[in-house]
Amino acid sequence: MNDIVIQAHELTKKFGDFTAVDHISFEVHKAEIFGFLGANGAGKTTAMRMLCGLSHPTSGSGSVAGFDIAKDPEKVKASIGYMSQKFSLYGDLKVWENIRLFGGIYGMKTKAIASKTDVILNHLGLMSEKNTLVRDLPLGWKQKLAFSVSIFHSPQIVFLDEPTGGVDPAARRQFWEMIYEAVDQGITVFVTTHYMDEAEYCDRVSIMVDGRIEGLNTPAQLKQETTSTSMDEVFQKFARKATRNQD
Amino acid sequence: MKQFLAFVKKEFFHIFRDKRTVLILLAMPVVQIILFGFAITTEVKNAQIAIYDQSKDVVTQQIIQRLQANEYFTLVENISEPSQIEKLMKNGRVSMVLVFEPNFQENIEHLGKADLQVVVDATDPNQAKTMTNYVTSIIMQYQQEFIPLKSEVAPMQIVPQVRMLYNPQMVGAYNFVPGVMGLILMLICAMMTSISIVREKEKGSMEVLLASPIRPIFIIIAKAVPYFVISIGNLATILTLSVFVLNVPIAGSLTMIVAVSLLFILVALLLGLLISNLVKSQVAAMLISGMGLMTPTMILSGMMFPTESMPVILQGISSIIPARWYITIIKKLMIQGVDSVYIVTELGVLILMLLVLLAVSLKTFKKRL
Repeated sequence: MNDIVIQAHELTKKFGDFTAVDHISFEVHKAEIFGFLGANGAGKTTAMRMLCGLSHPTSGSGSVAGFDIAKDPEKVKASIGYMSQKFSLYGDLKVWENIRLFGGIYGMKTKAIASKTDVILNHLGLMSEKNTLVRDLPLGWKQKLAFSVSIFHSPQIVFLDEPTGGVDPAARRQFWEMIYEAVDQGITVFVTTHYMDEAEYCDRVSIMVDGRIEGLNTPAQLKQETTSTSMDEVFQKFARKATRNQD
Repeated sequence: MKQFLAFVKKEFFHIFRDKRTVLILLAMPVVQIILFGFAITTEVKNAQIAIYDQSKDVVTQQIIQRLQANEYFTLVENISEPSQIEKLMKNGRVSMVLVFEPNFQENIEHLGKADLQVVVDATDPNQAKTMTNYVTSIIMQYQQEFIPLKSEVAPMQIVPQVRMLYNPQMVGAYNFVPGVMGLILMLICAMMTSISIVREKEKGSMEVLLASPIRPIFIIIAKAVPYFVISIGNLATILTLSVFVLNVPIAGSLTMIVAVSLLFILVALLLGLLISNLVKSQVAAMLISGMGLMTPTMILSGMMFPTESMPVILQGISSIIPARWYITIIKKLMIQGVDSVYIVTELGVLILMLLVLLAVSLKTFKKRL
């Protein structure tokens, strides 16, 4: 299959005696929304860091956007976008300055940045806030802006690390609409979340327990497999298997 | 390169949009120079004194006149009873009392010896020592000028001709300016750089930057650039203020001073980077650079107290403080005006420190990734 954009094969990360990620294997297809679920401490973040080229795998292999994550982390980084819940842009920079900064970091041309900035701000309805410091924006807007910035350089894949933490349901709904738009443009979305209603929006979901992937399927089939009525129930059934301390 | 410039620009925005940071960065050198130059001084001026003259003759009058004519002392009271001495001292009116014995002139002329008691408030030992030195030298001078004419004794005399090299007026600022330079450059480069790097870690933005194609080493260099530039600005401010406001001359080569300062700035920046690699929070970065760098720099670098008179252990500690070597070089270059051959040792130590810090901080930086 040619449309595989993320591939992990027996990917493992050990910190001393502790195996944070334990031989995980999966594939993600182009323009798919792939939900990456797991309790805190299950190894989600470590796995994601390896896929983003931030952390070197102890063993196993993986490729993202056609580049080997261990051998070509720089090329991987240039092909992806990344957004985390903790960070929503620089508060002391203006809206357009944040966009220009990240456009510049991803090597975009000044002219392209300027024209695309206006397109995006118009689309978000933030044109009037172009010169506002980001710290003065409401959290929901910041996160929408942060997402737009993370796909500003048209990456093949965007990694979202709990992107909707702390925002209200309405803002989360809007955020997911933006994710669907990105998918329509052919961008693959790799997302971790704690909200099980969001898990329902994903095309396929993997559930990590103690460093291993215990479940991997479409939400509908996962529910069927575990004879559950909701993703929340599915998650509870998997998470119960955990022996590792949650921290 | 364009990525890099975009990044440097961002760092300048971070600094200049934070009014507190700007204030610290730009006002601190000025405040420090003014404080150290004027308020904190080891010189004694206008010390309040009282005199208990039991003799009231020509010689005592002449000595008193000389004391009064001196800018160091202000005569506030003539007392007539010994009990008043302690009273004046206790209520803080005077910090020194001179007691002339009765028949001072007679004794000097006939016995060749007269007693002058100097009572000093030694709560501040440095000040007490300085004041007694002043008095002693005034008396000695008087003695040499007048006594030999009147007495036939003292055929042999050793007259020390003291010449204060490099700082003939013994101005305190000569000693402090190099110290303040070391302190401020260390503070701005090490503390501010480490805080600014750790802030990105704390906020999570470092993760986003590391996930971008920009190379980690460029992120760090870009963070250091603004502080490097600001430090050079501060260096210029300090030198200008000390030359034109404190009247400290630059006796040696300005080029050398600037070159050595750049070297020291680099050392301090690397220290900041090292700190940022070791800690996770801004508070920790501030504590480590405050306690671990500033305090030793102030106390052990020779800025305030001479390193030579410290116990061996402290001397050992002081020799690993970069500011100690920098301050020594600057004192030599600025005040003594020596040639660069005389600073080879200190310069070598600083360069060695630079190389060691470079290796260590790059190693810890890679490990973190």
